[in-house]
Amino acid sequence: MAFVQIRDMSVAFGSAPALRGISLSVERGEALGLVGESGCGKSITWLAALGLLPRSAKVGGSVLLDGVELIGASPSVLEPVRGGRIAMIFQDPASSLNPVHRIGHQIAEALALHRGLTGAPARAEVIRLLDQVGIPDAKTRANAYPHELSGGQNQRVMIAMALAGEPELLVADEPTTALDVTIQAQILDLLGTIRRDTGMGLVLISHDLGVVSETCSRIAVMYAGRIVEQAESAAIFANPSHPYTRGLLGAMPPISGPRQKLVSIPGSVPEASRMPQGCAFAPRCSEAIADCTRVDPAAVTVEANHLAACIRATPAKTGTRTPERVLA
Amino acid sequence: MLHYLGTRLLRATVSVVMVVTFVFIVLRMSGDPAVVIMGADAPPEAVDAFRTAWGLDQPIWVQYLSFFKAIFSGDLGQSMRDGRDAVAVVLERVPSTLALTVPAFLLNVGIGIPAGVYAALHRNTAIDRFVMVMAVTGFAMPSFILAMLLVLVFSVNLGWLPSAGQDSWLNAILPIVTMGFGGAALLARFTRSAMLEVLGQSYIRTASAKGLSWSAVVWRHALQNAAIPTVTIIGFMLGGLVAGAVVVESVFSWPGVGRLLVVSVSNRDLAVVQAIVLMIALTMVAANFVVDILYGLLDPKMQSQTRAARA
Repeated sequence: MAFVQIRDMSVAFGSAPALRGISLSVERGEALGLVGESGCGKSITWLAALGLLPRSAKVGGSVLLDGVELIGASPSVLEPVRGGRIAMIFQDPASSLNPVHRIGHQIAEALALHRGLTGAPARAEVIRLLDQVGIPDAKTRANAYPHELSGGQNQRVMIAMALAGEPELLVADEPTTALDVTIQAQILDLLGTIRRDTGMGLVLISHDLGVVSETCSRIAVMYAGRIVEQAESAAIFANPSHPYTRGLLGAMPPISGPRQKLVSIPGSVPEASRMPQGCAFAPRCSEAIADCTRVDPAAVTVEANHLAACIRATPAKTGTRTPERVLA
Repeated sequence: MLHYLGTRLLRATVSVVMVVTFVFIVLRMSGDPAVVIMGADAPPEAVDAFRTAWGLDQPIWVQYLSFFKAIFSGDLGQSMRDGRDAVAVVLERVPSTLALTVPAFLLNVGIGIPAGVYAALHRNTAIDRFVMVMAVTGFAMPSFILAMLLVLVFSVNLGWLPSAGQDSWLNAILPIVTMGFGGAALLARFTRSAMLEVLGQSYIRTASAKGLSWSAVVWRHALQNAAIPTVTIIGFMLGGLVAGAVVVESVFSWPGVGRLLVVSVSNRDLAVVQAIVLMIALTMVAANFVVDILYGLLDPKMQSQTRAARA
């Protein structure tokens, strides 16, 4: 059984759906990339799983962590999970740390919660963690406030804080988007090193297919609150089966070969409150056929471990086609 | 730090000088104190003698200069009413005013902040709406209207509390409630919006994602951040501790500084008015200093700026 098993999860804010039936599983120790444009529901998936969305959000479906249901779970179930089994780091490290507390104190808080460390042992562990994430002069820096550190260092502090609870899975929500390119590579390297050392699983949320493919073995592509394709990273690049994935790949500059014009996807993501009938991507899709605007396609097995939710995706010969969902 | 305090002090001095100057000019341009004090039908010789005695026959800039010279030698002049030292006349009223404003201030803080925090934490619930309706009412209703309503209910109709004077501690209740309610309303509104602002910040989500319980998130991560803007409002209230009761003291005939100010202005008792205004300006400045220090304690960024300024 998968470590985290998300089944048919939906999230709505008022009448606007943000997630429309997400099914996704993460194996223990796996590195999964979650890719899509901003607003497609990548972050909401994990905020909802950990019960971190505002009360106004209506969350449906199921998230099983080692078989324990998290959706609608009580605080006594969720609090040990948050930071203890699944930790999260966020896009803008500078605003994700409390400006009025020293960073050492903020890390020590997680140590006290999940490992019962206080006083001198906690202090020593804080310094070890800061050292582990590559903060120089950790002893002094533990007393710094977030505004005294750079964005990259603050993200390292966030990672140290996430590691403090010794989680089995780290959800990194666009961890490098707010950072300089050179720092981005350092942070991704750091995440890779930590995974090697601890065997921790990783969910890397990003809008950048390149970043994700370097770090993750499996990729799920999201569009307008649904997963449109998921497969091994190599398969996504070798055999992209959803037109949106192909669009994302076409918009990536190739590393080698002659210069060529990048192709952009025309149009923009539909608003949550004005979801088109049928496939949400159909209005932007260059390969759409008449049926696309009537039928919201279910995921089809294209090849082993490769699902695509496109009406035109060719199922593998041995694959089974799950029944289509027809919108009234 | 010295540099920082120095600039603050210089700025404060400039504002005090400007306030005092303004009052000096306005008081002298808006009526002849000699005529007001001696009476309109006093013989001209008596009025002239009064003017000479108080230096009012000098050109205004001479009066102004000698006024400032006197301030720096600690002499704020004598009351034109009874010849007593103006500072002494004012100081003997201070305890009466503090007897109203200090309890009112405690009410402001003791009710306003918890109400604001509670409303923010229970946003869009019935309690939140109730708190906000009370806050808007308290904020929008002028204190003299509230004062008269309270007198109508508790003195006239119910007969529980006296409506004027300073005969016993019972007399203080209505003025304190009047001032306490308005200030608490203001503070509740500001605290609520400061708290809502903070609760929407990413670091609150981080604190929850870390596994902290909601109450720990609120106590350890939200309150101190929300306190930073709230302290500004509390500073204003502190600045009003000495002089904040002008209207309320007048309505309830409470013999404090505020009432003395009203009486002295209508009597053109220049030295007393100037002494009061100077004292108000000084308490405002002192309150601002307190706020600056509190900022430093609450907001580490301020400390770094101070350190940077020192370096």
